[in-house]
Amino acid sequence: MTAHSLLSAGSLGPARWVNSLVANAGFALAWAAAAMLLVVLPLIFKSDSAIAVMCIIGVSVVFALSYNMLLGQAGLLSFGHAIFFGLGGFCAIHVMNAVAASHAPVPLVLIPLVGGLGGLFFGIVFGSLASKRGGTIFAMISFGLGELVSSAAPILNRFFGGETGITTDRSALYAPFGMNFGPQIQVYYLIAGWCFISSLAMYFVTRTPFGQIMRAVRENPERLEFIGCSTRRVRFVAFILAAFFAGVAGALAAINFEIMTVSNVGGNQSAMVVLMTYIGGIGYFVGPVIGAVLITLMQILLSDITAGWQMYLGILFVVVVMYAPGGIAALFGPEGMAAQAWHSPRQFVLVMPMLLTVVGGMLLIELGYQVGLKSSDGPIRVLFGIAVNSRSPLPWLVGLALVIGSFCGLRFATAPADRMPAVLRELTGVPHG
Amino acid sequence: MLQLVTFSILNGLLYGMLLFLLASGLTLIFSMMGVLNIAHASFYMLGAYFGFQIAKEIGFWPALLIAPLAVGLIGALIERYGLRRVHAYGHVAELLFTFGLAFIIEELVQMIWGRVPVDYRIPAGLNTTAFTLFNTSYPTFRVFILLIAVAVFGLLMLLVTKTRVGLIVRAALTQPRMVGMLGHDVPRIFMLVFGLGCALAGLAGVIAGPVFVTQPSMAGVFGPILFVVIVVGGLGSLAGALIASLLIGLVQTFAVALNVSIGTVMGAVGISSPPLLLDELWPVTIAQIAPVVPYLLMVLLLIFRPTGLLGRRM
Amino acid sequence: MINTRMLVLAVAGAIACGSSVQAEDTFRIGLIDPLSGPAATTGEVGLKTWQFLAGEVNASGGLNGQKLEVVGYDNKMNPQETAIQAQKAIDSGVRLLVRANGSAPGVALNDFLNKFNERNPTKQTLYFDYAGADPAATNEKCSYWQIRWAANIDMKVLALASFLKGQADTKKLYLFNGDYSTGQGIQKAMRTNMAEKRPDVQIVGDELVPLMKVNDFAPYVEKIKASGADTVVTGAWGQDLALLLKAAGEAGLRVKWYTFFAQGIGSPTAVRQSGLPSHTVFQIYEAHANLPSVAYREEEKNFRAVVGAGQTMMYPGSVNAMDMFSKAARDLKTLDVAKIVASLEGAKFKPRAGGDGWIRAEDHQVFQPLYVASIGPIEKDKGFDEENTGWGWRQIGEVKPEDTLVPTTCQMKRPQ
Repeated sequence: MTAHSLLSAGSLGPARWVNSLVANAGFALAWAAAAMLLVVLPLIFKSDSAIAVMCIIGVSVVFALSYNMLLGQAGLLSFGHAIFFGLGGFCAIHVMNAVAASHAPVPLVLIPLVGGLGGLFFGIVFGSLASKRGGTIFAMISFGLGELVSSAAPILNRFFGGETGITTDRSALYAPFGMNFGPQIQVYYLIAGWCFISSLAMYFVTRTPFGQIMRAVRENPERLEFIGCSTRRVRFVAFILAAFFAGVAGALAAINFEIMTVSNVGGNQSAMVVLMTYIGGIGYFVGPVIGAVLITLMQILLSDITAGWQMYLGILFVVVVMYAPGGIAALFGPEGMAAQAWHSPRQFVLVMPMLLTVVGGMLLIELGYQVGLKSSDGPIRVLFGIAVNSRSPLPWLVGLALVIGSFCGLRFATAPADRMPAVLRELTGVPHG
Repeated sequence: MLQLVTFSILNGLLYGMLLFLLASGLTLIFSMMGVLNIAHASFYMLGAYFGFQIAKEIGFWPALLIAPLAVGLIGALIERYGLRRVHAYGHVAELLFTFGLAFIIEELVQMIWGRVPVDYRIPAGLNTTAFTLFNTSYPTFRVFILLIAVAVFGLLMLLVTKTRVGLIVRAALTQPRMVGMLGHDVPRIFMLVFGLGCALAGLAGVIAGPVFVTQPSMAGVFGPILFVVIVVGGLGSLAGALIASLLIGLVQTFAVALNVSIGTVMGAVGISSPPLLLDELWPVTIAQIAPVVPYLLMVLLLIFRPTGLLGRRM
Repeated sequence: MINTRMLVLAVAGAIACGSSVQAEDTFRIGLIDPLSGPAATTGEVGLKTWQFLAGEVNASGGLNGQKLEVVGYDNKMNPQETAIQAQKAIDSGVRLLVRANGSAPGVALNDFLNKFNERNPTKQTLYFDYAGADPAATNEKCSYWQIRWAANIDMKVLALASFLKGQADTKKLYLFNGDYSTGQGIQKAMRTNMAEKRPDVQIVGDELVPLMKVNDFAPYVEKIKASGADTVVTGAWGQDLALLLKAAGEAGLRVKWYTFFAQGIGSPTAVRQSGLPSHTVFQIYEAHANLPSVAYREEEKNFRAVVGAGQTMMYPGSVNAMDMFSKAARDLKTLDVAKIVASLEGAKFKPRAGGDGWIRAEDHQVFQPLYVASIGPIEKDKGFDEENTGWGWRQIGEVKPEDTLVPTTCQMKRPQ
């Protein structure tokens, strides 16, 4: 029984007021902490490249959150969401160039709004086509639309810039207070600000009655129709809202990189946002944020360390789909693995076989790449300071043993209680029956 | 003119039958299990690589037999240990699982065989000219593909409509629990069906590998067009998949021959001037956008007739 | 003469250095190219090429007492990623960036360096583009901090048209290109140049095909046949080129194929697989393995000894780049890239491939002879073959740099 439930038990006026104050205070505190974090981050990670990476993460966060509006909230799996990201970005970049050329007093901070409106426009155009159905049909329509746009893009040279794309100079715009956004740190604060505002806005949408209806469409569209709500209209509104925020993300990308190319509307960009959002966790608002941070870091930093970074990404994705369908956010949520381990500490013993499986898997993958794609670099691969020879059978056997052994151990240890031997039950404290 | 039409029909049919060979497995899986296997083109790629490797070691004809079986086995295992688990989480999770699987298979293939296209040749026995028409020669291998595709279609129809196994499978499609209560092992049936679907994809790979380029990105080349075929034909109908494959093959081939511009076509329909931003599209010829026409078809069909041409399932 | 074994050791050393902490006596070169993803094969060959060249320089004592080290940065063929990787490289002390794959990443790098070098005068960084063919990079997107060591596509088309001037058996021409900027550029430039140099040649077909979307080229081959063309000029590359030639071989199409990218990875194998007759597929490029120049063939031999017999020196531009960089560094006795680029502007040199070359000051485009070669069976001791197919390039003609001069619209912003 929490203070919250105690307070809400009574229906006295003052109790209700205190109740909502507590709830609001918690909410305000969380968001204030987030804002503080955004302000303080560049003071902790000072190097130019760290700030550049944080800018990219900021863009990805907005993009992933916009996607979760479709997937997590409305239950619509889209394989073509990048078209709104890209189209919004292109709108923004053309407006930036026009503003700079005509010296109009439009400050850079308003440009993400332009991207959002661009995304909204195309969201209305495509949404009216796509929102009739849900489920698999919607996925296929979104895929088809994505392919159409990304095929048309190289032909429409004036808007998409052909192979070289469209470039811009963000410091050429009207600069009040001398902030021309040339330095990366200024861009960081612009992105951080817009990221915060967009996240807040998207959070609010989920908390409105419309947010409830969106989730209802996800759970049981048939029933919703029966109580008089038009699922089609709900899907349409969800679609255009998601497109709006995707457009904002696209504009932020345009400001950050000062270039937009046809690949920004392509299938790869769409695939990445699916990965980010799902791995992070579609059931929680903070899930896509986690996913965006993790996947962006993997893309930028992991590719320097290993040639197999895409393989790791794919495996991570499949493992999440199979064993943790709520994503990383769910793992640490109220019913997740972390909470379970907290309640019965003996479950921590499971961490060891999990780690060993991961290590064994990494070993096998790195060996595989050393023998295959990187064979011209020689058979030796240095992993965690140990030089491993990919041509000798020993590391392979070790890797296989680790993966198979630990995995079997895990399955054994997490088996239903009645199939577990008594010894193991004692060890992990699982009750019988 | 006659020459053009003849060639377009012939080329369209040949290409369409290859598409059908690929799409048959996917239709089978979807109609039996309701799973849209995004990794289907990846099994096609595995079939091509296995075919290449086995053909290199032993020969093409053993490869034709062994490679599809190997791919089918892998598919069955994936169903048993992967897909079945994910099935409980819903359609979205299933789609995402196969999506991640496609990713992994592509990386695995790159790891083992490298990124450069492999030298998968047409076997010497089939590397001849079947016939010559109007001064253009048609290779025997393409006719071979045509024959295999027709045989596969015939066998599949037979399997599904005339055999006991097909009967049980069709029953399990609509009433899985009832069929289970009658004593049939429904999960095992699903596993076999998935394996069969993947084996068909693998067969398509073994055959198409020498004709097209066998490289890690080949799944991405055929994947999208496959979905168009399935959607146009109707999710769940084998005969629909055949008609759709031939239709798409013919449409694409005829489109290539059409040097008339979009502007002219639009003008004929009544739209004389281009809408905002799309004026660069006006002088583009149909031939230029031929590879994209199937996607247009798919989107239009999904909007106006989501069940496709002959489909029954949603 | 550099002993091959010494060379292998030096290159191995250069590679090993790539994963070590920066030492004070090394000059790092950053290579930004796709090292993962579909374009990774070409990016990796680029990395190996530069490591080989650095190894050669190190084996002869390094530059001004400093050893060269080449570090790879994976941009995944993405222009946005290119800027990030450039930032990372500069942060770790790199002052010379090299890059070749893709037009968008090249333009992005030019843009990034223009702004970065202006905003950070103490960290100015130089950029060598060792194989890119995008004309925009030396026109509207030009940069003082870039030197383009390979001929751009407009120059190559002009050169081909000059060559075709002397080919009497070319009477009906078919243009076959990808539907994107480069392909469209080839289409326009070929029409203009042929109208000027060979107005008697009839252009009987002009096809633009979406990149990497076509599986079956048989209908296109049919069209080429129906047009009666005797020559096809195509900018197709990679998978598109392979499928096109295969379809042509199957259908028994007999034309001369003039390509710009048949030297790419996998393309010689595709030519061989297609069953087309020998010496009917041509390329025009800055060099090939069987050039008359002894110095170039020697370099090719050393390269294959280190990298592998199946891999040709695909980036002749990088050889000239390294040669000229080393020469400038030694002459000026400094590795200050700002001084080096100032001295390279307008410089003349003798490429190892033969003939004369120079770096035009207005746009930093390098001009050099271009060579037309055809591919066919080659005997083992008579020359190099490509990708272990038994077929290799045979020199057909040379186009002098004066015949590749294209005008430029570059408005270069020079530092004060």
